Amino acid sequence: MASGYNAKEEDGHIGVVGLGGASLRGRKPENTAFKQQRLPAWQPILTAGSVLPAFFIIGLIFIPIGIGLYVTSNNIREFEIDYTGVEVSSPCYNCAQNFSWHSTTPCTCSIQFYLHQAYESNVFMYYGLSNFYQNHRRYVKSRDDSQLNGDISSLTKPSKECEPYANHDHKPIAPCGAIANSMFNDTLELFYIDPNGTRVPVALSSTGIAWWTDKHVKFRNPGGSTNLTAAFQGTVKPVNWRHPVYELDTDPENNGFINEDFIVWMRTAALPTFRKLYRVIQKKNNMAPTLPRGNYSLQVQYNFPVRSFEGRKRVILSTISWMGGKNPFLGIAYVTVGSVCFFLGVVLLFIHHKYGNRTNNADITN
Amino acid sequence: MLRRRLNRLLGGDERRVDSRTVYVGHRSSPDSEGFIPPKFCDNRIVSSKYTVWNFLPKNLFEQFRRIANFYFLIIFLVQVIVDTPTSPVTSGLPLFFVITVTAIKQGYEDWLRHKADNEVNKYLVTVLEDGQRIRKESEKIKQVGDVVEVEEDETFPCDLILLQSSRDDDTCFVTTASLDGESNHKTHYTVPDTEKDLESLSATIECEQPQPDLYFVGRMHIYKNNQEPIVSLGPENLLLKGATLKNTQKICVAVYTGMETKMALNYQGKSQKRSVVESINAFLLVYLCILVSKALVCTTLKYVWQGKPGQDEPWYNEKTQREKDTNLYLKMFTDFLSFMVLFNFIIPVSMYVTVEMQKFLGSFFITWDKDFFDNEIKEGALVNTSDLNEELGQVEYVFTDKTGTLTQNNMEFIECCIDGFQYKHRDASSELDGFCVTDGPVSKLQQKAGREKEELFLRALCLCHTVQVKESTEPCLDQVDGLNNQVDGLGIDGDGLGIDGALSHLEEQRGFIASSPDEIALVKGAMYGFTFLGLESKTMKILNRNNDVEYELLHVLNFDPVRRRMSVIVRSSSDTLLFCKGADSSIFPRVRQEEVERIRLHVERNATLQEGYRTLCVAYKLLSAGEYAQADAGLREARLALQDREEKLMAVYNQVETGMSLIGATAVEDLQEEAAETMEALQGAGMKVWVLTGDKMETAKSTCYACRLFQKSTELLELTVRTLDDENRRREEKLHDLLLDYHKKAVQDAPPVKEGVTSWSSSQDYGFIVDGASLSMILNSSSDSSNSRYKNLFLQICQNCTAVLCCRMAPLQKAQIVKMVKNSKGSPITLSIGDGANDVSMILEAHVGIIKGKEGRQAVRNSDYAIPKLKHLKKLLLAHGHLYYVRIAHLVQYFFYKNLCFILPQFLYQFFCGYSQQPLYDAAYLTMYNICFTSMPILAYSLLEQHICIEVLLDNATLYEIAKNAMLRWRPFLYWTVLGLFHGLLFFFGVWYLFYNPALQDNGQVFGNWSYGTIVFTVLVFTVTLKLALDTRHWTWINHFVIWGSLAFYVFFSFFWGGIIPFLSQQRLYFVFANMLSSVSAWLVIILLILLSLLPEILLVVFRKPRGPHSRQ
Repeated sequence: MASGYNAKEEDGHIGVVGLGGASLRGRKPENTAFKQQRLPAWQPILTAGSVLPAFFIIGLIFIPIGIGLYVTSNNIREFEIDYTGVEVSSPCYNCAQNFSWHSTTPCTCSIQFYLHQAYESNVFMYYGLSNFYQNHRRYVKSRDDSQLNGDISSLTKPSKECEPYANHDHKPIAPCGAIANSMFNDTLELFYIDPNGTRVPVALSSTGIAWWTDKHVKFRNPGGSTNLTAAFQGTVKPVNWRHPVYELDTDPENNGFINEDFIVWMRTAALPTFRKLYRVIQKKNNMAPTLPRGNYSLQVQYNFPVRSFEGRKRVILSTISWMGGKNPFLGIAYVTVGSVCFFLGVVLLFIHHKYGNRTNNADITN
Repeated sequence: MLRRRLNRLLGGDERRVDSRTVYVGHRSSPDSEGFIPPKFCDNRIVSSKYTVWNFLPKNLFEQFRRIANFYFLIIFLVQVIVDTPTSPVTSGLPLFFVITVTAIKQGYEDWLRHKADNEVNKYLVTVLEDGQRIRKESEKIKQVGDVVEVEEDETFPCDLILLQSSRDDDTCFVTTASLDGESNHKTHYTVPDTEKDLESLSATIECEQPQPDLYFVGRMHIYKNNQEPIVSLGPENLLLKGATLKNTQKICVAVYTGMETKMALNYQGKSQKRSVVESINAFLLVYLCILVSKALVCTTLKYVWQGKPGQDEPWYNEKTQREKDTNLYLKMFTDFLSFMVLFNFIIPVSMYVTVEMQKFLGSFFITWDKDFFDNEIKEGALVNTSDLNEELGQVEYVFTDKTGTLTQNNMEFIECCIDGFQYKHRDASSELDGFCVTDGPVSKLQQKAGREKEELFLRALCLCHTVQVKESTEPCLDQVDGLNNQVDGLGIDGDGLGIDGALSHLEEQRGFIASSPDEIALVKGAMYGFTFLGLESKTMKILNRNNDVEYELLHVLNFDPVRRRMSVIVRSSSDTLLFCKGADSSIFPRVRQEEVERIRLHVERNATLQEGYRTLCVAYKLLSAGEYAQADAGLREARLALQDREEKLMAVYNQVETGMSLIGATAVEDLQEEAAETMEALQGAGMKVWVLTGDKMETAKSTCYACRLFQKSTELLELTVRTLDDENRRREEKLHDLLLDYHKKAVQDAPPVKEGVTSWSSSQDYGFIVDGASLSMILNSSSDSSNSRYKNLFLQICQNCTAVLCCRMAPLQKAQIVKMVKNSKGSPITLSIGDGANDVSMILEAHVGIIKGKEGRQAVRNSDYAIPKLKHLKKLLLAHGHLYYVRIAHLVQYFFYKNLCFILPQFLYQFFCGYSQQPLYDAAYLTMYNICFTSMPILAYSLLEQHICIEVLLDNATLYEIAKNAMLRWRPFLYWTVLGLFHGLLFFFGVWYLFYNPALQDNGQVFGNWSYGTIVFTVLVFTVTLKLALDTRHWTWINHFVIWGSLAFYVFFSFFWGGIIPFLSQQRLYFVFANMLSSVSAWLVIILLILLSLLPEILLVVFRKPRGPHSRQ
C-alpha cells in the first residue's frame, strides 16, 4: 500500500508525477493552432468524380507501356540449351555419368544447335542452374566479405561463417566459404559452323559481366593486384577448385578476387532456378549480325556436377533490351492492370453519371 | 461530512485492533513503574519505489513482468543462444530502446517522488522538548508522543491530538484542501480539561492502533494531583497529517506518525484500469497462432524436403561437424525456434511503444484544450490516466452524481415559504430600498405571514447551522479578501446589502465558512432580517435590526446523510429553543401534522417546477427546562461512549428531534452551467444517462427535469418505497408485480429497435426511478433464483429507459449499480462522473472515472480525468473521446496489417530457399522497418487525424455512436488481415515473376537475392505508407512532413547503407539499392505493385458513401 503513496500530493502540491498535463493545471492553455488541434489541414475526399480521371489516366498510360514492354520482350531473341546430360541421347550423358571429383582429365562434350534467327545486337551468354539452392541460409552466409575485400588478416584467418570451408589442412582457404568453393567451373565455348563446315570460334568477352562496384570496390585482391602468387602465400585453394584463385585468369585485371566470373558467382541468386551472366558476345560491326543464322556448336568442359541434387544446367543466348532480358510478365501485367483501370473508369463513369449528384466538392480547405 | 462518508466507504471491516498507549511528551505516568517506551515507527514518509542501489534490478524485474516485454526477451535470448537467421541486434535493439526509455521515465518519476518525500520529510516543525522549542525536520519526530507546536498556515507533520489552542474558545480551524479539496474550514477542539501548562502535563493517550478508518476514538488519562480524569477523544480532536492550520497557533501531541498516519494508510493504490483496446490481446493471440503455425509449417516442410535425396546436404553446401553431430530432435527444435525468430516481427515491440506514445502524447491535447479551461477556478482539464483516452469514445452509460455535478455547489437563496406564504428573493439587480423585512429583499408575493413567524423563521435560519465567520485580519485588504472569497466559492457578494455604512463595511470583510454551501446560502438569505455575527465561545451573536442578540449555543446535533437534518439547541435570554432544518421527508414526520399540508404544497411545487431547487424545511421546538436537562444528559453520555458512539448519538438525536413545529421552507437554486445541453448531447450520442444520487427523490427528480433528462412526455416508472408501500401486500410481492409490469411496458411492448439506429423520438420515452431501499431489495433478494431474475428484469427495464434516476443511494450502492451495468451483457463501457469523495467508489468502479470541478482532491487523485465543469464533458466525449477511439483503433489495426504484409513475403520465401530460414530482407531493414520507416506516419496520424472535424462532431452528437467497439471487432480485423495477406502475396509473387529472368539491367547483368529482397521491401514501405496516406482525412503539415519524410528517409537510408560511405563497402547490400534503381524493370514493377495494392483500397473508398470532414448528416 505504501508504495503507491504519493507524498507530494499530500503536501498540498498539485502535481501528478508523470503526466505533464498536471503542470498545466492552473495556467491557461496556450491558444496555438497545434495545441487546439486546429492546424490548417487539407482534407481530400476521394469520390467517384475525383478518382475517375485518375483511372482513365492510369489506364491510358499503362496500356501503352504494357504493349511496349510486351513487344520489347517479344523482340528479344533468346535461345536455351540444356546440357545437363540426363538423357542418354544427350551428348553430355557420358560426362555426367562418369563425373568424378578426382579425375585429372576434364571431360568435354559438344552440343550442336541451329539458330533460326540472326542475333543482331550484342548477345549475352548465360549459364543457368536449376534446383541449386544458392539462397540457402547456410550457403548465403558462408563467405567472408572482409577477406574478399583484400583484408590481410581475414585472408589468413577466415571468418567462422566460412565453416566448414574455412581451413584445409590447417591452412586458410582463400577464398573461403561454400559459395566460393562451389563456383561454377564449366568452360563453355561457342563455335559457329560455317555453311562450308568449318568451326569458327565465336569471340566471348568475359569483362563487363559483373557489377562495376563489385569489381572495383567490393572485391579487392590482398596487397593490390601485383604479384598475386606472393599475396596468397600461405593459403590454400578451395577444396573443389582445380586451380588456386590467383590462376583464374591470365589477365592481372581479371585475376584473383576480382575475377569477374568469380564475382558473378559470389552474388547469390534469389531463387533456386537462376541464370548468371557468363560471357558477352560483342557486336563487331554494323553490317553483320552478331550471331548469324546457322549451325553452332557449344563445347562444354564438364566440371560441375548437378546430378547428385537433380539439378539442371543450361546455356542461354539472349539479346538484351532496355528492360533487361526476356520476360513477358511485366508487359502482360501492365496491359492487364491498365485495362482493369480503364474498365473501372468506365464503370465509375457510369455510376457517376447515373447517381452522380451526391458527390461533394473534392477538396475543402479548412 | 466527507469523513463520515469515507468512514462508510472504508470502514467495511470494523475490526478495532488493540489500542496503543501514547505517553505525552514521553513522561511516564506516575503509577507505571516499569515504563518501557513502546516502539513506534518514525515520521518518515516513503513513497518512492526505488533507491539508487535497487533501481536497476527492481525496475528490470518489474518491466519484464509485462508479458510483452517478456516475450521479446525470450525471442532475444533465443537469438543469442540458437544459431538464428537474424542477428540478436534486430530484436535486441528495439527491446533495449523500449526498456531504457521506460526505465528512464520511471526513474524520473521516482526521482520526483524522492524529491516530494524529502520536501515532506525535511519540513521544519517545532517540537517541544523539555520546555524548549526546537525546530526539527519533520522526519526527525522520532517518537509517537512528541509534543509539536504548529503555527498558522503550517501543515501538520503527522496525525496529532490537539492539546492547546491559542484561541480562547479552545478551537482551531483546519482546511483539508490538500486532502479532500474541501476548502472550507473545519473546526477542531482541544482536549477538554487539559492544563494550560503543558510542561507539567503528564498524561497518556489510549487509542487504536493505526488503521485506515478515518474515525477516531480514544481516551486520555491526565495525571494531575493524583486524580485521574479521563477525557474522551473523538475525531474532532484529531488533526490529520496534511491538513493546514488556519487562524490559530496551537500545540499538539503526535499520535500516529510516518507511514502509520491515517492519510498514508488511506491512500489506496488505484487499481489499474485496462482499456478495451486491450482487446488487441485477442488479435495478438491470433497473430501468435499465425506465427506458431507458420513456424510449424516451415519446420515440417523443411524436414520433408530434406528427406529427399541430395537436398539436405548437397556437395556444394556441407554442414559443419557440429551441425552433423547435433541430435535430430534438438535440430528440429532449434529450427522451430529459428523460424519463430525469423517471423517474430509479425508481433512487433514497436506496436507497444507506439500505442503507449500515442496515449501519452495524445492526453496532452486534452490538457492543452483551452475550452476546458475555467476562468473561475483557473484550472484546465487534468489527465491522470492516459490509458483510457479512447474509452471516452465508447461510452454507453454515463453515471452522474447529482449534487455538485449536475447541480452546482454554489447556491443562491431563491425563495422561501413561511407559514404557507411564498416569498421570493429580489433580483440582485433590483433596487434595495431600505432595511425592512417585508419590503426588503424578501418580498411578499401575495400575502404575508405574521411578523412573528417571519422573525422566527429568519432567526432559525440564522442560528441553525455550523457556519463560521471568518474575520479579515487586515481591513485594508478587504477587496482582495472579497475576491478570494468568491474564488473559494464561499464568499458573499459584498454588493451593498442596504445595511448602514459601517456595518456594510464590516460585512465586506466577513467571509462565511461552512461545511456545506447551502448553509451559507441560507445564512446569507437570512441576513435580510438577521445578521449572523459569529460564534464566540459558545455564544452565537446575531444582529437583529440594530440590536445585538446573543444566544448561548448549547448543542449542535450534526447533520448526517442518514438523518438528513441538523439541529441546534440554543438558549436565549428567556428560553431554550431547538431549531431544526432538513429535508422535507425527514422533517415532516417529526412535526405536527396539521402544519405540514401548507408547506408541502410549496415543496412539491418547487420539486416539479423543473427548476431544480433544493428545498429545506425549518422547524423549531421550545424546550422546557426538564426536557433540556434530559437531552443534555443523553447527549453528553453518548458523546463519551467509546463503543457505538455513533449509534448512541443517533438515538439521542432522534429522541430530541420530535414534536417540533414547522415554520417554513427554503429553496436554493443551483443547476450547473449548460447541464441540460450537455445531458441532451450525451443522450443524442446514444449514451444512457443514469443519475445516482444520495438525495431524496423529489429533488433528484426536479433536477432531472431541469436537465431535460426527463421530458414532459417521458413516462415515469417509479420503483420506490412509496410505490412499494401497499397496505394489503408484502413489499416483496409488490416489487415482483411492479417489476413485471414495468418490464412489460418498457421492454416487451417497445417496438424493436433497429440495430444502430437511435430511436429516441419515435417511440415512447420511459424514465425509471428507483431508490436505495428498493434497489437493495432487488439486489439482495432472499432467494437466489429470484435474485438473479429480479436483477435481470431490473437491468432490462433500465436499459430500455432513456434515463434512470437512482436516488437515496449510499456510495457503495452507486458502485454496485455501476458494477451491475458494467458486467451486464455486452459489457458496455461505463463512465462515472462525480465531484466528491462519495463518488469515489463509483468512479473507481466504472471504466472511466471523471471528476468534475474543484472539490475533493482525494477524488481527483482517484479519477482518470478531471474537468472543471460539467459542460466540458460534452467535448471530452464527443470530440476527444471519439477521435481518440477512431485513431487508436486505426493505429492498432494498421500495425497488424503492416507487419503481416512485412513478414508474409519472408514466409513465402522459405518455400524457395529450402526452408533454410534465409531472411528475405537485410538485417538493417528488418530492424528499421518498424522503428524508422513506418512508425512516424502512423504516430502522426494517430495524434492528428480528424476524420470529421471537431465542430461537426460537437454539433452532431449522433456521429459519436460507434456501436460496441465496432472498429476493433473481428470484422475490421479480418479486413485488415486479408488486406495484409493480399499485399504480402502481391509483393512477393509480383517480384517472383519478375525474377523469372533475373537479368534485369540493360547491360545484361543479373540481380541476386538481396536485390530481390530490396525490391520487395521498397514496394512494401511505399505501399504501407501510401495506404496510410489514403486513410488520412486531415492533412496537416505534420502529416505531409512525416509521410513524405519517412519515404525520403527510406530512400536516403538505403543509399547510405548501400555504401555511399566507404566503410560500408563490405556490406552485403553494397550498391544493391542503387543498382536496383538503375534498372527500368525494377522501377516498373515497383510502380505496378504499389498501384495494384492500393487499387482495391481506392475503389472501396469511392464506393463507400462519401462523407467528408465537413459534411453533416
